[in-house]
Amino acid sequence: MRVLTTLCLALLASHSLATSFNVEVEVPRLRVAEYHAPYVAFWVENPDRSTIVPLGLWYDDQEKWLKDIRQWWRRTGRGQSKPYDGLTGATRPPGSHSVDFGELDALKALPAGDYELVVEAAREVGGREVLRLPFSWPADQAQNQTVNGSNELGRVTLTITP
Amino acid sequence: MRSLIKHLGLATLLATAMPAQAHKLWLLPSHTAVSEPQWITVDASISNEIFGFERAYPVDGVEVTGPDGKPAAVDHVTQMHTRSVFDVELEQEGSYRIAVAKPGYFLMYEVDGERKRGRGNDVDKMLAELPKNASNVKLMEVHNRLETFVTLGAPNKTALEPTGKGLELEMLTHPNDLYAGETTRWRLLVDGKPAPELKVELVPGGTRYRDSQEDWSVTSDKKGLVEITWPSAGRYFLEIGTSDDKATHKKAEQRRLQYLGTFEVLPM
Repeated sequence: MRVLTTLCLALLASHSLATSFNVEVEVPRLRVAEYHAPYVAFWVENPDRSTIVPLGLWYDDQEKWLKDIRQWWRRTGRGQSKPYDGLTGATRPPGSHSVDFGELDALKALPAGDYELVVEAAREVGGREVLRLPFSWPADQAQNQTVNGSNELGRVTLTITP
Repeated sequence: MRSLIKHLGLATLLATAMPAQAHKLWLLPSHTAVSEPQWITVDASISNEIFGFERAYPVDGVEVTGPDGKPAAVDHVTQMHTRSVFDVELEQEGSYRIAVAKPGYFLMYEVDGERKRGRGNDVDKMLAELPKNASNVKLMEVHNRLETFVTLGAPNKTALEPTGKGLELEMLTHPNDLYAGETTRWRLLVDGKPAPELKVELVPGGTRYRDSQEDWSVTSDKKGLVEITWPSAGRYFLEIGTSDDKATHKKAEQRRLQYLGTFEVLPM
């Protein structure tokens, strides 16, 4: 019994230390007269949204447009102020971008359960798109999910590596 | 630059569009078709969202032409924080053209290798206030014509006559006779002459409530003609832009022309 407990603790410890939560986001190249790179927000929610964990935000210091990331704004953004929770940074140009949220304490502390990673993009004088990628936590084994956006987001891949 | 901004006033600076500017300039009438004499009200703003107020567009140069071709009464011309507003009296039966088309200027120059720019309406003052050591001075004339139309009773076309100056629309289809699913024919004119190969961009109102702009464009043919089929009822923002070297001010090398119209389409 003691051995089992120790083993469990060891497993938990390894989760909290080393799990990689990598999100690869393709920002599509759009042929429009006036192009601004999209604001993109990342968060995790459970099915009844009793748990909302903000993971990150790409924006260009213009808080004026944050409300246009509408679901993020509703679920978490409007309750925050600068600096915004998670890994924040400037908007990304068209192309593929990778970000690993595995080191975030909020993610390490996430209770066991089924969740969705939500990725939302909103572009000035453009459109908006929300993609959802399901996952289970903690990750006992590798998980991989891919969703293809249809306008403001390209291919988005979540790779969880315990 | 700082003194230039102070002298010209922020509103004037914001008023004059520069090329590839990020915001849309528009007028928004409270009504476009009414059946008894009354006052209507018009908002003027600069924004990304169609039609959400963001910054006031100055309307001190508003011109309202009545059904007889003469100026109609305007009242309560007011510039507020996020919009300007004015009232228009519809007294005579027929159509009214509401236009804001004051020319502005855009100035680019360098001081000690640093690029500067200024915007305003009073070009002589702008040039007079240039720093003595300004180099590479470039002046651009900017003509933004904001228009919308309103009709009391049956429409007529007297007020719709193009002025023959700058970028305009010749309204072959009356702008207050637009219905969902129907096709409108207009001719683009530059200084009264047909303007071929120009792109007309359209955005339906209500962008706040959807996830895409739903904008589309049509291009004028060899005769300057465009055909626009309205997908549904509502208010539409229309934008056309071009530039040429026909500036009237002798120091301006280039003339930037924009036509910015608001049109209401009714359900069939």
